[in-house]
Amino acid sequence: MVTVLEVVSGILLIAGSFFSLTGAVGLFRFPDFFTRVHAASVTDSFAAILLIGGLMLLTSFDLNTAKLGFILIFLLLTSPTASHALAKSARHGGLLSLAESQPPSKKGSV
Amino acid sequence: MSLLFDIVLLSMLALTALRIIFLKDLFAVVMLFGIYSFLSALIFVNLDAVDVAFTEAAVGAGISTVLMLSTLALTGRTEEKSSHSSFLPLIVVVTTGAALIYGTLDMPPFGQADNPIHQHVAPRYIEQSPQEVGLPNMVTSVLASYRGFDTLGETVVVFAAAVGVLSLLGVRRKEREDQESGLKAHRVLRVVAKLIIPLIILFALYVQFHGDFGPGGGFQAGVITAAAFILYALVFGLPQAFKVVSPRFTEILAPLGVLIYAGVGITSVLKGGNFLDYNVLAADPVAGQHLGILVIELGVGITVFAVMLSIFYAFASQTEKANIQ
Repeated sequence: MVTVLEVVSGILLIAGSFFSLTGAVGLFRFPDFFTRVHAASVTDSFAAILLIGGLMLLTSFDLNTAKLGFILIFLLLTSPTASHALAKSARHGGLLSLAESQPPSKKGSV
Repeated sequence: MSLLFDIVLLSMLALTALRIIFLKDLFAVVMLFGIYSFLSALIFVNLDAVDVAFTEAAVGAGISTVLMLSTLALTGRTEEKSSHSSFLPLIVVVTTGAALIYGTLDMPPFGQADNPIHQHVAPRYIEQSPQEVGLPNMVTSVLASYRGFDTLGETVVVFAAAVGVLSLLGVRRKEREDQESGLKAHRVLRVVAKLIIPLIILFALYVQFHGDFGPGGGFQAGVITAAAFILYALVFGLPQAFKVVSPRFTEILAPLGVLIYAGVGITSVLKGGNFLDYNVLAADPVAGQHLGILVIELGVGITVFAVMLSIFYAFASQTEKANIQ
């Protein structure tokens, strides 16, 4: 007997896995450092919400649900912060984005 | 399903190890070591060894990455090319590897219930520890009570590591106030760090005192507490961290934890039992076991915390000194 909650949770888990996968593809395929950080961080945060939300629906709404909630809050605090620190350090270290590293004459074509 | 996970995780582990061997950039190697530890932790989870997985994730993937990065800040990030040929080392490695693989041929099948390892002392622990020790987490019963002497040895080893590092490097205590330290420009990082450092310490206390009931205990809690203070030192600067926990204080705490542990052993001898025999600590043997395990886990936690933090202090203060010169 499959309940509505299990179906919803399954959909959330599959969507979360899909976004994790797109993040990984983006990390490999995107052209420069900043777009790669963007791909990884945005999809990671979103996939974390979907995956942990899906897992929370599978619990019997007890202590485990609360623990998963704490993990989600921790991830939502730390993961964007880490991406921000990474991008800011790269910026500070003098790394230019793709648009900036092109010579000015070609800028119209980018 | 479990076998599939094992195969996938082990092949990722092997790939990571191969990549580590061939990379020359040590910064990337340290990051891969973190991934390696995390993969091992996942394998331990798959083997239902959650306590070991917890330790591996906290120590291997967490704090040793930070310590190795602070070493790299002192030594430089590229590996020097080896001057002698790698032919003889290759023969030694291949021979040893072949001998080890030959040794595995005689091993009993993986995961069988009648393997020798499950016939020795494990049945007694599983059957008797609920009556003798009475803790829901049997790993803690074995680690802290049945094998209390081993764990005392491990705690002394951790303490000896700190003695070794500090006698080689030493902490530069007098940090100049005007010196650039920490990440002043990263305002987001400072705000988030302020927000989560108390939560990390709260979680460490939970791990410390919940170790009797779930995965966790002194080793993990000590490492997590140390991680909170290392985060503070990284974000707000070493002089600021020295004001919160001074290097002198960590040097007092590290032997204190070992002394607490050994003191429990001496107390049980004085009360008429054997060394580290917790039964005599209270009127009721089971209550005595609970008390003894709680106190020795606290000793382990204090030592591990102080040792990790003082090793980090030693590396970080040397790095700052090198940066000034």
